[in-house]
Amino acid sequence: MDAIILQFLNGLDKGSAYALIALGLTLIFGTLGVVNFAHGALFMIGAFCSVTVQRILTLSTETLSETQKDFLGNPLKIKTPYVESWFGPEVGAAIIDWSVPLAILLAIPVMLIVGFVMERGLIKHFYKRPHADQILVTFGLAIVLQEVIKYFYGANPIPTPAPAAFVGSFDFGPLLGLDTSLAYPYWRLVYFAFSAVIIGAVFAFLQFTTFGMVVRAGMADRETVGLLGIDIDRRFTIMFGIAAAVAGLAGVMYAPINSPNYHMGMDFLVLSFVVVVVGGMGSLPGAVLAGFMLGILESLASMNEVKNILPGIDQIIIYVVAIVILLTRPRGLMGRKGVMEE
Amino acid sequence: MAILEVKNVGKRFGGLQALGDVNLNVEENSCHAIIGPNGAGKSTLLNCLVGKLIPDTGSVMFDGQSVLGRKPYEINQMGISRVFQTPEIFGDLTVMENMMIPCFAKRDGSFRMHALESIAHEKDIVGKAEHMLEEMKLIDKRDMHSASMSRGDKRRLEIAMCLAQDPRLLLLDEPTAGMARADTNNTIDLLKQIKEERDITIAIIEHDMHVVFSLAERITVLAQGTPLVEDTPDNIKGHPKVREAYLGETQAA
Amino acid sequence: MFGLKKHDSRLFIVVAVLALAAPFLLNPFPDGSAMAQFNAGYPDLMQRFVIFGIFAIGFNLLFGLTGYLSFGHAAFLGLGSYGAVWMFKLLSMNIIPAIVLSVIVAGVFALIIGYISLRRSGIYFSILTLAFAQMMFAIAYSDLIGRFVGTPITNGETGLQLALDDPRVLGISATPDGSIPLTNLFGLEMRSVFNLEVGGWLFTFSFGYYVCAVVMLLSFYVAIRIFRSPFGLMLRAVKSNQQRMNYTGLNTRPYTLAVFVISGMYAGLAGGLMASMDPLAGAERMQWTASGEVVLMTILGGAGTLIGPVLGAGFIKYFENIFAKINDNVLHSWFAFMPDGLEDLMVTIVHPFVGKGWHLTLGIMFMLVVIFLPGGLVEGGQRIGRLFRRRDDKATSVESDAAEQRKPAAE
Repeated sequence: MDAIILQFLNGLDKGSAYALIALGLTLIFGTLGVVNFAHGALFMIGAFCSVTVQRILTLSTETLSETQKDFLGNPLKIKTPYVESWFGPEVGAAIIDWSVPLAILLAIPVMLIVGFVMERGLIKHFYKRPHADQILVTFGLAIVLQEVIKYFYGANPIPTPAPAAFVGSFDFGPLLGLDTSLAYPYWRLVYFAFSAVIIGAVFAFLQFTTFGMVVRAGMADRETVGLLGIDIDRRFTIMFGIAAAVAGLAGVMYAPINSPNYHMGMDFLVLSFVVVVVGGMGSLPGAVLAGFMLGILESLASMNEVKNILPGIDQIIIYVVAIVILLTRPRGLMGRKGVMEE
Repeated sequence: MAILEVKNVGKRFGGLQALGDVNLNVEENSCHAIIGPNGAGKSTLLNCLVGKLIPDTGSVMFDGQSVLGRKPYEINQMGISRVFQTPEIFGDLTVMENMMIPCFAKRDGSFRMHALESIAHEKDIVGKAEHMLEEMKLIDKRDMHSASMSRGDKRRLEIAMCLAQDPRLLLLDEPTAGMARADTNNTIDLLKQIKEERDITIAIIEHDMHVVFSLAERITVLAQGTPLVEDTPDNIKGHPKVREAYLGETQAA
Repeated sequence: MFGLKKHDSRLFIVVAVLALAAPFLLNPFPDGSAMAQFNAGYPDLMQRFVIFGIFAIGFNLLFGLTGYLSFGHAAFLGLGSYGAVWMFKLLSMNIIPAIVLSVIVAGVFALIIGYISLRRSGIYFSILTLAFAQMMFAIAYSDLIGRFVGTPITNGETGLQLALDDPRVLGISATPDGSIPLTNLFGLEMRSVFNLEVGGWLFTFSFGYYVCAVVMLLSFYVAIRIFRSPFGLMLRAVKSNQQRMNYTGLNTRPYTLAVFVISGMYAGLAGGLMASMDPLAGAERMQWTASGEVVLMTILGGAGTLIGPVLGAGFIKYFENIFAKINDNVLHSWFAFMPDGLEDLMVTIVHPFVGKGWHLTLGIMFMLVVIFLPGGLVEGGQRIGRLFRRRDDKATSVESDAAEQRKPAAE
């Protein structure tokens, strides 16, 4: 029983990542009508924002130690990060320690800019082109983005630790009244909470602001909204930026869970697409629901008890579920009629 | 004898009763028009006839056989061809290629795996397609990209494609919608000619009264999903109920 | 010729001549010269050209004609490879049964996957094929079937290889000198080569390459026939207007399923040939990046055209090979004529795009093609051709105008 709960919890953070990426994909598809194969790359760029911030914060000056000597008898070179020399060792060390959460501050403007540039520079020209062309050009863009990242950061995963305060695990055992301990890393809890906040924020934004109302109306019926004299395109551009930022933030905070590498975007993209389709193309709640559902399902399938009966089921469960759902409910779990029917 | 019998057909979309209780007989080799104000259910009725929609109640018989539950391509193979409001042709193909496809469909049925034969060797198909193009005065546009033709020519091609299948019933969905007067008159002449030269039944949905009164032998007036009245054009013109439901605006003025 | 129209037979002959003379044509630079690194006339690379050519020709039959974008086609290639290797293990090292099995296996799987995936179109179809391919990759990669059966089927990460104790019932398990026998066609080994030295040039004629080339030509011929057949016309009609298809009494599903299966069999054939040249099969051949690669080849060359996919496959495989070889030393030698500072700058600028950065170049090229040249290299060639022809046209029209003007004057 506790194993199931643990796997359930483990599924939550992967599910959160799926849900956040799928949410952005759906926003872009619903507003712009574009299938964005480069969305995984945005997630990856977010993760590399964490790496970048960590690297910037650990930029160091070298001073020669007066007391310590290295093994050749020369004065030992001591690296002191600039932040430590500016803010004092304690504050400086704390800032470095918190580099991943701090990266959010960098990621938001970076992702918004990347999103705007992408939409204005490239995607805009593909509104009227067939979906196949959209897939192809964004696929090309995804390759370019991942190769650029590979060029600057190398091919190996870069460990990006979470703040020391979150390194331990929370024991769910006593909380749930179990005898055994049920250790769950703090950072994963943080990630889940963070995702929930972002998802909530996106929905609140769409639900309670005029801007969001127009966007929702535009998703339902673009032409009519255009006829009302509302500049829907500009809002959609902003939505693209927001979708990029959502993917980026999902990536920033995911860095400590999985060391960022250049192909993580592609890995997540395939599954996120499956999530979007299972949830129902164009349905935001569907994307979130399917994201968590598939994340948890994948996690449960990777339990040893399950794997002993059906070896490797964890690798294919998502695809099996996706195929079954698409065949029985062609519009996905919460898909609306008329979206991508042809 | 009625070639198309529509009995008690009803269709509901959520809370909207699109078709109430439609009864309609289309006589063989006649031209029957279905008219009615916007939202009267004309298009819904048409879609029920060709298999795009399945009615909730009632039956649709074509030549003694039910069409309900059959796929559009099966209904077409039974002998019903449809012309769309905006011409539906194969825009990426040439006019000649467009014309050959219905010829193949007529000869080979809904599917045939003739993957290694050459089109150039299909003499009978090529001949028939060319003949149709000549008849429809499209032969000089034979190798043109069909998407780049004028709307009137697209309409002609679409009708030609339908006729190439020798359908027994030709359904036309507002064939002159959005056309200039001259194109409309050309289309009327074309349809008249088809009616004279072929053993074909025509059912037409139309907004334009000019078109309806120049072609139809019988007219059914549809209002709010039910047939109001069915009669000859002359009687329809003076019918008070029709004036009220359809031409109401003229009275008000 | 062979039931092809003049225009098509000319194209076919050109491709045939190019393919058969490839060992000469792809080795234009003398051995040992500075440019020799740009030669591509060695068997391994040439085999890749034609095998990926077959793969792309088959993919193009589906995507180019019907517009159905499959993102999981590499699965069929991988299946073909596994099928062929199993034939080498169990039956004999003759490549004929191996290739036959690989085509059948790919065809059967394509039938199942196509039957399910083709119930949806557009983006859903792409994602369904992608999901199937990824699932099959996962199955092959962790050898799920093998774990059920208890004996390796795909042999997981390591990949499926030949062993000395394979039964090979119609052949021999091991050669007298104790090594694994080589793949052959009725005794003629795929590896056998004939070297021809002319002046400073060294030409290598590999039997394996010629087997692949002949198979490619056959595949190309069949593709031309399909393009020009009523079936091909129907497929283009599917792409153009499915609604009109349905209302013209045509059932689109069997047409798309048939071409999906044919296309899958082409991929299986390519996979079988790949295993025939080098008898091993691995799961990485089925990964979605590999599916993406064939999409790239087809688009880059020109989807929907006959020659496009072959060009695209050759282009990508050639530049992949050449670009990977260009390192900083090569770059420095290229820009040596420049002043030192400028030379270093140029090397720094070009460096990210060559060597390991080939994929970056590929991605950029791909985007540029999709944006500016949706018809691929073929359209590019046509545009250039038209540019020249237009000048001629102008000349002739000027002449005819002049002739026109002369007439009244003469009257």
